[in-house]
Amino acid sequence: MFLDDIWNLARFFLCSTSVSAAKNYKTMFQSIYDTMIAGGRWHLIFQGLGITVLIAVCALLIGTSLGCIFALMKISTKKILRGIAEIYTTVIRGIPLATQLMIFYFVVFAPLGMDRLAVAILAYGINSGAYCTEILRAGIQGIDIGQMEAGRSLGLSRWQTLRKIILPQAIKAVLPTYASEFIVLIKETSVASFIAVTDLTKAGDMIRNATYNAWIPLLTCAIIYLVLTVGLTKLFGAIEKRMAKSDRS
Amino acid sequence: MIEVKNLKKCFGDLVVLKDITTTIKKGEKVVIIGPSGSGKSTFLRCLNLLEEPTDGTILFESSDITDKKADIDKYRQKMGMVFQHFNLFPHLTVMQNITLAPVTLKLATKEQAEATAMKLLERIGLPEKANVYPSTLSGGQKQRIAIVRALAMNPDVMLFDEPTSALDPEMVGEVLNVMKDLANEGMTMICVTHEMGFAREVADRVLFMYDGIILEEGTPGKIFENPENERTKQFLQSVL
Repeated sequence: MFLDDIWNLARFFLCSTSVSAAKNYKTMFQSIYDTMIAGGRWHLIFQGLGITVLIAVCALLIGTSLGCIFALMKISTKKILRGIAEIYTTVIRGIPLATQLMIFYFVVFAPLGMDRLAVAILAYGINSGAYCTEILRAGIQGIDIGQMEAGRSLGLSRWQTLRKIILPQAIKAVLPTYASEFIVLIKETSVASFIAVTDLTKAGDMIRNATYNAWIPLLTCAIIYLVLTVGLTKLFGAIEKRMAKSDRS
Repeated sequence: MIEVKNLKKCFGDLVVLKDITTTIKKGEKVVIIGPSGSGKSTFLRCLNLLEEPTDGTILFESSDITDKKADIDKYRQKMGMVFQHFNLFPHLTVMQNITLAPVTLKLATKEQAEATAMKLLERIGLPEKANVYPSTLSGGQKQRIAIVRALAMNPDVMLFDEPTSALDPEMVGEVLNVMKDLANEGMTMICVTHEMGFAREVADRVLFMYDGIILEEGTPGKIFENPENERTKQFLQSVL
């Protein structure tokens, strides 16, 4: 089956100018139809895509909230808060995501009998939170110390200065890195199949299993990921350009 | 107005201020000069606790601001500061830069603060810049706006930390003029600067700092014409 497909694809590309082109197209489409359309298998792909986007978006929301809290802890004047935040980012960023996911599912949340999708969202959220923390911390610490001094010299408290002067600048500065964190997150959701969550990759893999055709479902997944990430990159790029414009006005 | 007693400041093992005692009276214009590394800026920054003194006390309007329980934010509202690198807020317009602190601290409504800001901007001849962002301004304009931002808090004393050192030479004059106007109005001013002309013209008292202490002080006439200390003479020879 596998070799057949390669052969078909090769012929498709090599002979598309020849008289047999029409026939090859037909074989190609037949193949796609058999794997993806027949038996409504494309539903799986869309459900998987839905799960992938759901995990990524929810995890980013959780991650952003955690990131804000822990980034502020990291720049806190209190040693204990800094310590806690440091442990959080060190542990989370030092363990592979797949390992973490399984620990969350089989160890941490196992006694609660939580839904695997909920566990995946939480695990990704907590994981992303550690990266968001570092992104935001770097953003805050990248702002010239003179900005804090100017705010404080006017009689604003540390918190008022952070909120009104430092954070608006820091957030703007980290937006590109933050956007790429979201894109990384979308791609990493593919690891969710480790705890049998039916995300996009798992859906593709299930079709592969059912049809004994690896090429078409997995390439479909790959193309969907690529469209998502390239689309988002372009979107964030456009937003960035817009914001840069308002800077110069 | 400000009484400094036995002020000491160390950064780790490095002793920057050894033992500073001085009193600044209301309306007095004090200019601090001295070679780099002598502790001038550190001394100025200790006065509003941007640097925390290692030892000693600072009384501002008879309150001990070095007391751990003192609400330093309250005192800072009355001590304006102007920085070498302006430190305007780049994400805010000139108007927002000036009104942010008074409005945030609820000392004025937005309308009141904007009216005050406009008056101040007119005084320095930049009313048309109210709604632009700092990035479009020249260095001299930025520093004048920074002075106005501090003045908008209606401070009792103004601290200047080398306000003209980061400026192109042709822009130094416009900033010094604003400072001279301020001095003529009777503002209490403490200014770290390398502008000896300004010191001579405006200062009531010149402090020469060297190696973490006030080595010599007096009227500009005395310091510039008849310095007593060898080190003061040497410094003045090299800068004048």
